Amino acid sequence: MKQYLSFFRIRFLAGLQYRAAAWAGIATQYAWGGLTILLFRAFYQSGANSFPMEFRALSSYVWLQQAFLAMFMTWFYDNDIFDSITGGGVAYELCRPCDLYTMWFVKNMAIRLSRVVLRCVPVLAVAAVLPAPYGVSLPADGIAALLFPISLLLGFLVLIAFSMLIYLSAFYTLSPMGIRILATSVMEFFCGALVPIPFLPEWLQPVMYALPFASMQNTPFLIYTGHLSRTVALERMGLQLLWLLLLLAAGRLLVNDAQKRVTVQGG
Amino acid sequence: MKLYVRYLSMLLKSQLQYRASFFMTAAGQFLVSFTAFLGVYFLFSRFHSVEGFSFPEVLICFSVMLTSFSVTECFARGFDAFPKLIRSGELDRILVRPKGVIFQVLTSQMEFTRIGRFLQAVLMLGYAVPNCGVVWTADKILTVVLMIIGGIAVFTSLFVLYAGISFFTIEGLEFMNIFTDGSREFGKYPLSVYGETVLKFFTYVIPTALVQYYPLLYLVGRSDDRRLMLLPLIGFVFFLPCYGFFRYGLRSYRSAGS
Repeated sequence: MKQYLSFFRIRFLAGLQYRAAAWAGIATQYAWGGLTILLFRAFYQSGANSFPMEFRALSSYVWLQQAFLAMFMTWFYDNDIFDSITGGGVAYELCRPCDLYTMWFVKNMAIRLSRVVLRCVPVLAVAAVLPAPYGVSLPADGIAALLFPISLLLGFLVLIAFSMLIYLSAFYTLSPMGIRILATSVMEFFCGALVPIPFLPEWLQPVMYALPFASMQNTPFLIYTGHLSRTVALERMGLQLLWLLLLLAAGRLLVNDAQKRVTVQGG
Repeated sequence: MKLYVRYLSMLLKSQLQYRASFFMTAAGQFLVSFTAFLGVYFLFSRFHSVEGFSFPEVLICFSVMLTSFSVTECFARGFDAFPKLIRSGELDRILVRPKGVIFQVLTSQMEFTRIGRFLQAVLMLGYAVPNCGVVWTADKILTVVLMIIGGIAVFTSLFVLYAGISFFTIEGLEFMNIFTDGSREFGKYPLSVYGETVLKFFTYVIPTALVQYYPLLYLVGRSDDRRLMLLPLIGFVFFLPCYGFFRYGLRSYRSAGS
């Protein structure tokens, strides 16, 4: 356990070093969040009745998305891991007395969290002082405030468990670029990053919940905004847990199989 | 020019060596912009119009931006990857060769997988052109062509500006994404939907609106002013300050040595 904690610590502290990058990122996120909200305002003006959630709730959703972007961004992968698989460096990692899957899982958590820590507070602080329907509001009620962090953590773990499958696919294909971009574009749409899921047609929504992607950022953000009733929220969190267990099991199977097949050439 | 074609075919051949990876990436590029299209489609199936623009009208705007962006990303990719040239010291090698810097940066890298994005843009244009209710006279066709060419000019200028900034900082570059990726992402819609301030910014500071919103007004018949048709050409003027900044950066460039 201690070893994984130190892996986490090293990566986390390394991630905290990039302050200038963080400021540039924060500036980008203000602009991105602001423009997204303005776009939805234009849609709101052309048909307020068709708007599936309150405008305030949507603004909160968008700002949460920006604040926790580093936790849920679908396009980010640690190239070191891909390189170690394709380049053969993984042989060293296999010699270490620790578990490959857990180690990579923890490293991924650390990189993403270090970025969120630097970025989420400034983004939320500014979003909190924006005038009424455009800023981020407080959680809908006490229950939402209580459930949000738990669901946020679950969603985060689901996303990493899924991206582990993409990393592990490199053992089989040796050229992960193609799968990576395919997975990213599918995830980006189905997790509600492009357009929040409530805005999609009714018939499509059950399909999205049958996939693991809706259990990533969508569930915690909708809980926070109070879009989900309490029973639905608990149901969705159960779904998150289910997906997490399934994806962890799949990753486990894959890593065991990959370790059997791995051949490292030369010395 | 002959040399450029030689480079072009060389890079194309080398990328086609990894055929499976090439087509997978191109398919991925297609899928990325296809999901973006789905987002727009589903929003319009709910709201029908935005700021008075209909779905086919927005699609014209979207496909013009996507065409310009994918062409720029394919051929001016070298500027997008310019920070890497600096960091790896490759730029020093470029500077001692007897050819222009711009030429060499352009030929250092090309991304032909952007054909996926391009294809998506062409498909959308193919759908929007007969469905948007515009009577396609010669000057309307010319407007679309000018919008695309102007778009390429604006995106290329932004890439050159980006490369120029990377002479001074490599870490803080992410904010440039607001202008490059931001123009592509938010330029899907006519920039007036974001309100007046944003429109002014994208008119006077970064001239993205000049290649999409204003000529679009003429195209769909919201305005009869023919001068709007020629506004995309200002995109070429925007290249001058960007190139000037790049030159300035290049002059103050000091290599880190071997």
